Amino acid sequence: MWIRMLTAMLAGTLLLIALLSANAEYRLFMPGLLEGAVLTVEITLLGAVLAVFMALIAALAKLYGPLPIRWLSTTYIEIFRGTSALVQLFWLYFVLPQFGVFLDAFVVAVLALGLNIGAYGAEVVRGAIVSVARGQWEASIALNMSKAQMLRRIILPQAFTAMIPPWGNLFIELVKSTSLVSLITLADLTFKAQQMNQSTLKTVPVFTLVLLMYLAISLTVTIGMRLLEQRASRGLTRGRVA
Amino acid sequence: MWDWTFTFEILPVLARAAIMTVEATALGFVIAATLGLVLASIRLAFPVAGVVVTVLVELIRSTPLLIQIFFLYFVLPKAGIVLDAFTAGVAAIGIHYAAYCSEVYRAGFENVPRGQWEASIALNLSPWNTFKDIILPQALPPVVPALGNYLIALFKETPLLSAIAVLELMQTAKNIGSETFRYTEPVTLVGVFFLVMSLVSAGIIRMLESWLQRR
Repeated sequence: MWIRMLTAMLAGTLLLIALLSANAEYRLFMPGLLEGAVLTVEITLLGAVLAVFMALIAALAKLYGPLPIRWLSTTYIEIFRGTSALVQLFWLYFVLPQFGVFLDAFVVAVLALGLNIGAYGAEVVRGAIVSVARGQWEASIALNMSKAQMLRRIILPQAFTAMIPPWGNLFIELVKSTSLVSLITLADLTFKAQQMNQSTLKTVPVFTLVLLMYLAISLTVTIGMRLLEQRASRGLTRGRVA
Repeated sequence: MWDWTFTFEILPVLARAAIMTVEATALGFVIAATLGLVLASIRLAFPVAGVVVTVLVELIRSTPLLIQIFFLYFVLPKAGIVLDAFTAGVAAIGIHYAAYCSEVYRAGFENVPRGQWEASIALNLSPWNTFKDIILPQALPPVVPALGNYLIALFKETPLLSAIAVLELMQTAKNIGSETFRYTEPVTLVGVFFLVMSLVSAGIIRMLESWLQRR
């Protein structure tokens, strides 16, 4: 029922974009903005992959690593959750070169956003693992499974279902924080909008289109995550029933 | 690499900018907390208007704050409403987080047992009195920790105001950087400031949480 409403909202947004671009005043901006949107989607996808990777590593390290590794992952999580994403972006882009490390703006964007969302994700993963019922752990021990087997076969598959909704929120968060990369000279959707706004002063069409495009991207992510959730909770006694 | 004399030279300038950051946070959160409560109450009281609020909240939550700041700062003047950078920025942050806070309040309202509503009807209380004296006092305390989390999140979003040239911490650091070509110290100091402030306020919220639980 939610999926249907979200799909209707997405269809409405896309229709509105199409209708607006029939107007010459709006059509002018479409090619440039679409170019920016492609970069936004690219950064989102790569950032999401990095975030999931970092979150899994950090969560497992914090739960099962030896003490120094546990400290390391806690430090990573607290630093990236505790400072703002923009400061992290600027630090990697402006400060790192002072130490002789030169990174491409695109790499900085993916790195900063991926690490930032990954730190939040680590807590999500940790919470999901911890919330797997106690009996499941005990049964795996009783079946003489090694720790790796237990995690891979029993715990992670069940934790996965519990993780999906909070990850959905984090991915939306990621989509929205990609707008920050415009401030380190990457030509994403926001950057294009600012550029066009400054050169043509047609503020209303530019920013209206940009808002609608972000909405369309976010809604697509939300719908995707809901579908995944539906698929993952199939055959389980817990989780949302579709 | 790291110049301590330069660090102490820029520290007072950054400290002054930090006040601006704290001001923006406080004002933004006041807007977010009150407007959020209003939105949630509208949803509770008028189901028809509630649909409009739901769509509005969904809209605000799924578009970037940076774009909303630009929208208020660049688009509103076209409609004849001219806001200065600080007002536009604080309003945008406040409205953005009001959308999140309204969801928090909604969860609080839904947590109040239905018997409380029924008892208020039985006691012939007016809807307004029911809301003010029975529902709110029970709905608010459990959501304080969640609101606190959004306060920290909002605080960390204030560097966005640098994009419309509000002289808060990040903008000041950028200015120092472009004047002296030294970014290492100012940007790192800003990062440290945010980390310390976030950790301190997270601690305060945790204390508040345990205090509320004990009561």
